Amino acid sequence: MKKLFEKNEFLVALTILALAIVIGSINQAFFSLANLFDILRSSIVTSIFAIGVLIVIVSGGIDVSFTAIAVFSMYVTSKILIAFDCGSFLGTLALAAVIGLVLGWINAALIAKFKLPTLIVTLGTSSMVQGFMLAFIGSTYIIDIPEGMVRFGKLDLIRFSASNGTTTGLHAAILILLVLIVFSWYLLRYTMLGRGIYALGGAPVAAARAGFNINFIQFFIYGFVGFISGIAGVVHASLVRMANPFDLVGTELNVIAAVVLGGARISGGYGTIHGTLLGVCLVVVINNSLILLGVPSYWQQIVVGSLILLGTGLPAWQNRRNEARLNSNLLD
Amino acid sequence: MDKRVETPSTRENETVIPGRFANFRNYLSHDRNLLRLLGITLAIFAVMSALKPELFLTVRNFSSMSFQFPEYGILAVGMMLTMITGGIDLSMVGIANLSAILASLVLTRLIPESAAGGTVGLFILAAVALSILTGVACGLLNGIFIARIGITPILATLGTMQLFTGIAIVLTKGAAIYGFPDAFIWIGNGSVWGIPVPLLIFAVIAALFALILNQTAYGNKAYLLGTNATAARFSGIHNARVLLWTYALSGLLSALAGLIMVARTNSAKADYGTSYTLQAILIAVLGGVNPNGGFGTIAGVSLAILSLQFLSSGFNMLRFSNFFKQFIWGAVLILVMVINYYSNKKRSRSTD
Repeated sequence: MKKLFEKNEFLVALTILALAIVIGSINQAFFSLANLFDILRSSIVTSIFAIGVLIVIVSGGIDVSFTAIAVFSMYVTSKILIAFDCGSFLGTLALAAVIGLVLGWINAALIAKFKLPTLIVTLGTSSMVQGFMLAFIGSTYIIDIPEGMVRFGKLDLIRFSASNGTTTGLHAAILILLVLIVFSWYLLRYTMLGRGIYALGGAPVAAARAGFNINFIQFFIYGFVGFISGIAGVVHASLVRMANPFDLVGTELNVIAAVVLGGARISGGYGTIHGTLLGVCLVVVINNSLILLGVPSYWQQIVVGSLILLGTGLPAWQNRRNEARLNSNLLD
Repeated sequence: MDKRVETPSTRENETVIPGRFANFRNYLSHDRNLLRLLGITLAIFAVMSALKPELFLTVRNFSSMSFQFPEYGILAVGMMLTMITGGIDLSMVGIANLSAILASLVLTRLIPESAAGGTVGLFILAAVALSILTGVACGLLNGIFIARIGITPILATLGTMQLFTGIAIVLTKGAAIYGFPDAFIWIGNGSVWGIPVPLLIFAVIAALFALILNQTAYGNKAYLLGTNATAARFSGIHNARVLLWTYALSGLLSALAGLIMVARTNSAKADYGTSYTLQAILIAVLGGVNPNGGFGTIAGVSLAILSLQFLSSGFNMLRFSNFFKQFIWGAVLILVMVINYYSNKKRSRSTD
């Protein structure tokens, strides 16, 4: 039981439960099915990003370019499909994913070949990718997004009408998320590649000595992040029914915050899919519920900032105390 | 990493400026890097002068450049400090905006309508003092999170960036504050004997921090801490205290940059200067600061600031869009890192 309480994931789950009870008792609307679907809908894109970020963080790196990659893939795909008048949604997804993959490999090449710090590389490529798109491809909204995206945007799995006449539905994009969750969960838990990602994050030198191909693993990681960022970009554009080149960039910190809150260690080597999903859930619930609680939306950033500090501070503090107990003579 | 740990003997015999004793080979390579950077700066200057002599080589251009670069130049000096200790400060722009907004609130809400010149002057002093205190306090908070609680600098300053920006948004409800006394605007737009005030402030800061890094115990400790934290601890350095100082100084510099920003644009807002974070990191890396800690000089950073400002002004004259500039900044950042990788590799091969 004590072990359970020391797990970050369990604490996050408890926090969500406590929040739900408090929010629900203040505003009954929180427990409605409409609100549940709403929270699910707004967490789809963040969750897709979070899975990618989790894998990078587990490997001991950090990526801040995924939102730029997502917007780039989404915007370029929209432009191409409109030009060729193509309406297939799967084609749209595939094209965006491939563009994202290629951009992710650029990150991977810089990180694996030149051993550059991941934060600085991805800061640089993020600026390059967004700057390139805005300067050379376009900087205007596209309202008439490709037909495939329009159709997908309207695709609900379940739909029902509330008594007040509004209809709510569970969006089909949740299926894409489910596929990605199952894939990455299997990858991290049951494959050699997944073990390699944890090993790389734990101790890169040891991982290399143990026979893991570090370059291959890094190409896979950053390529995978690019790949699913492309998908997330298209899903986002379908949900908001607009291709906006200024969208998403700037929200990367929220995603990283969610992943770290979910128990992934920024120093690498530890992190789980279910923890990450709980972290996303916590951030989305808080962001959505501030409005239900009547708190002005400009408090949002303070709440997220405090959450990051609390969520990273507690484990760090615990860590430090354990270390101090182990070698009390080395206290600085 | 082991190679960089200095031995006591080199420390005793070293007669050059103490901040540079960390490693003799580093010292040599630094001079070469500095020379290359000087070459790049001059080359950019020459190209821009050749392309647009009628615009670039004018007093007006130089004057406007020296009003522009001090605000992000000061941020870059702070970024360098934190990078020397092996950290990073992503919250600088947040601190700059928060402290600037607090000063703006004093200047716009508290000064009575009928106040005479002297009273207004006192209020301006109070506002400046408040913003600097805020900057130091925010920096100390970063330091506490990093040194005492043990959060990694990236995450700690990421969190406080959200926190500080959030407080700034709540204070202003997201709106801009404007309309300051003329005497305050002077900080960002005035000149003394023809020299712009922001440039003067930057020059004082650069000189002061060159002195702090090279001539004080704190400077030595900061370089050592960045080179090898464990070795620093075992040589009796109070690492936590050095980190607290570093982030407090970086907060102080952020506040100064914020003040110049407000005074220059005559307005304050919670989301001003968001692109400065990337720019400050870019300048530090371009100026030869090692992002893993242990190395960095004011001379290098100053040259990097100049070359970036020449490039930026030149692009404006060639009518390149801001988006194109954004693309180029990213490309330059990565290119410099790659060049450093190759030159370090070549050197280690030729000396080993």
